[in-house]
Amino acid sequence: MDTGFMVKFLPMYLRAAGLTLRLGAAGIALSLVVGALCCMARHFRVPVLDRLAGIYIELARNTPLLVQLFFLYFGLPKVGIKLDAETCAVAGLTFLGGAYMAESLRSGLESVDRVQQESGLCVGLTPMQNLRYVILPQGLATAIPSIGANVIFLIKETSVFSAVALADLMYVAKDLIGMYYKTDEALLMLTLAYLTLLLPISIAFTLLERRLRHAGFGGAV
Amino acid sequence: MGNSVLEIRNLKKGFDGNGVLDGISLAMGDGEVVVVVGPSGCGKSTLLRCVNGLETPDSGEILLDGAPIGGMDMVQVRRQIGMVFQSYDLFPHMDVLGNLSLGPVKALKRPKAQVEAEAVEALGRVGLADKLHALPRQLSGGQKQRVALVRAMLMQPRLLLLDEITAALDPEMVREVLNVVLDLARDGRTMLIVTHEMRFAEAVADRVLFLEHGRIVEEGQPAEFFHHPRTERARAFLDTFEFDTVKKT
Amino acid sequence: MRDLAVLFKGNNPARLLGGLGVTLKLSLVSVALSVALGLAVGVLMTLKNPVIRAVMRLWLETVRIVPQLVLLFLVYFGMAKAFNLQMSGETAAVIVFTFWGAGEMGDLVRGAITSIPRHQSDSGAALGLTRGQVWRFVLLPQAGRRLVPQAINLATRMIKTTSLVMLIGVVEVLKVGSQIIDAARYDAPQGAVWVYGAVFLLYFLACWPISLLARHLEKRWAC
Repeated sequence: MDTGFMVKFLPMYLRAAGLTLRLGAAGIALSLVVGALCCMARHFRVPVLDRLAGIYIELARNTPLLVQLFFLYFGLPKVGIKLDAETCAVAGLTFLGGAYMAESLRSGLESVDRVQQESGLCVGLTPMQNLRYVILPQGLATAIPSIGANVIFLIKETSVFSAVALADLMYVAKDLIGMYYKTDEALLMLTLAYLTLLLPISIAFTLLERRLRHAGFGGAV
Repeated sequence: MGNSVLEIRNLKKGFDGNGVLDGISLAMGDGEVVVVVGPSGCGKSTLLRCVNGLETPDSGEILLDGAPIGGMDMVQVRRQIGMVFQSYDLFPHMDVLGNLSLGPVKALKRPKAQVEAEAVEALGRVGLADKLHALPRQLSGGQKQRVALVRAMLMQPRLLLLDEITAALDPEMVREVLNVVLDLARDGRTMLIVTHEMRFAEAVADRVLFLEHGRIVEEGQPAEFFHHPRTERARAFLDTFEFDTVKKT
Repeated sequence: MRDLAVLFKGNNPARLLGGLGVTLKLSLVSVALSVALGLAVGVLMTLKNPVIRAVMRLWLETVRIVPQLVLLFLVYFGMAKAFNLQMSGETAAVIVFTFWGAGEMGDLVRGAITSIPRHQSDSGAALGLTRGQVWRFVLLPQAGRRLVPQAINLATRMIKTTSLVMLIGVVEVLKVGSQIIDAARYDAPQGAVWVYGAVFLLYFLACWPISLLARHLEKRWAC
């Protein structure tokens, strides 16, 4: 194992990890926004948007990110819409992630007991206040595990960004294998990089889940 | 002791160091209906579960038709003893006919056509003939418990154990289930019943056992027990079911 | 609207469907192997032995945390070098997908078995059924009904993930699309939109009916 090699190219990996995190975070944040909007549209049964959201969710959940990226990066320019690689990446991730987040939020909201939903109104709250103080806190708490799973899933999905010429971790690894034939070292660093990115997030969500459960949410309460 | 269907001698059972049953003795003859009452958590369910082998006693003996069940194959024992639980335990993935025929066909190896014909008839007798192909989730609680009773009866058991079968039901459904049990009693079934329904207990029992802290505190005929209990404990227990009228001035 | 025709020119449609066939074949084989292996893993996970459970747990967490593409690289580049053999992309894909699928299936199997209420077992026993009969007629059918929709869901995810194998050289539908576009670069410069749009649609048509089936079964079998 050539440790000298690994040390020499560590900065490259770090930069690549930074790119992954940056684009991933942007995609995840936007996914939550899109997901929330879709969820609201369906929850309140807004006439046309409800249907559109439904179609969008089915399309996004049944197609791979790679195909979506190819369409955005190689396809759209031919009809005049030229997006740079990073924008394509974030757009693709948001397209995919929005649907998954919408579903997580929906199941979280639905899990709030009907009785709970009506109790707030009986105490004299307006529907808006009811939503804000009674339904959302409980719904979000139930949705957290699912949202956490989505976050991890989306970061894993960023591994295809190399296909649209972005210098992410996979790109760096493939490059180094191709140029220097240091397969073992390149792959080891690649695996470690992803583990370092994902394990803390996974653990953080598990802890968050546990804390919320003790607070009395998200369970058989 | 010669003709007892069920005999229990000094049964003891504990969980994690807590004594739940502390020396229970009982003998039941053919066609006898014994009702066990008492405060919650005093071992009534455990008693029934020991009789059909779902729990193993720590000490003591249980005899079915004179033969100790301790050494026997419990699967065989359970084919002679029927049990209905408090929580509806119909098999959700089978329709009513499937639930009813599973035991006789697979465990007793009886021919399917014959079993199904009997099932249809038995279902009719409890007023559920039209539910033959319904799924459990399409039935009300009372209907499910009636089906559970028929299911146990189709095994033609020597002894029937009923563990608070109406405790989880809405009040208006309790009666339809208890009516079935009364019919079974009239038919001469040997039954060991645990219940909280005092009026029903009085109507159906040949003998009443009052169980508290794992012991039989009082035993007697229903008329005596419910109206002139001998022990202070029994009196206190029965009082919890009475309300004094609140007079308005 | 220009260049839409490139989709239907010559044997392009056949090639695209051929590519879809490769995708589906890979997925099917991997799913089949995953189910077989996963059943064993799942039962192992319910055993009391702490060592076995720890190993199974480690396997599951590994496939959950490490991206599938990284696993594909590890097997395709790494194992090929380590054992000095020339492995095809397809072989690497089946190995990785089965490793992944078996771990997830195992967890699903474990979940399905442990989710059945204890009383069901007692009810079966109280009827005088033997232990084996209780498993066969009461527990397994119910576990199966919880399991199948989730397994179908896993199959859908596998089909989508096969798109990654083009990056290790397997000619599946997306790669075929790329080839078509490349060949038609001068004749139909705008072809890319239509071809990739078609690939998008093909993946959708492959996955969507299956996920609808899973949802239907889940509702129908809800206990």
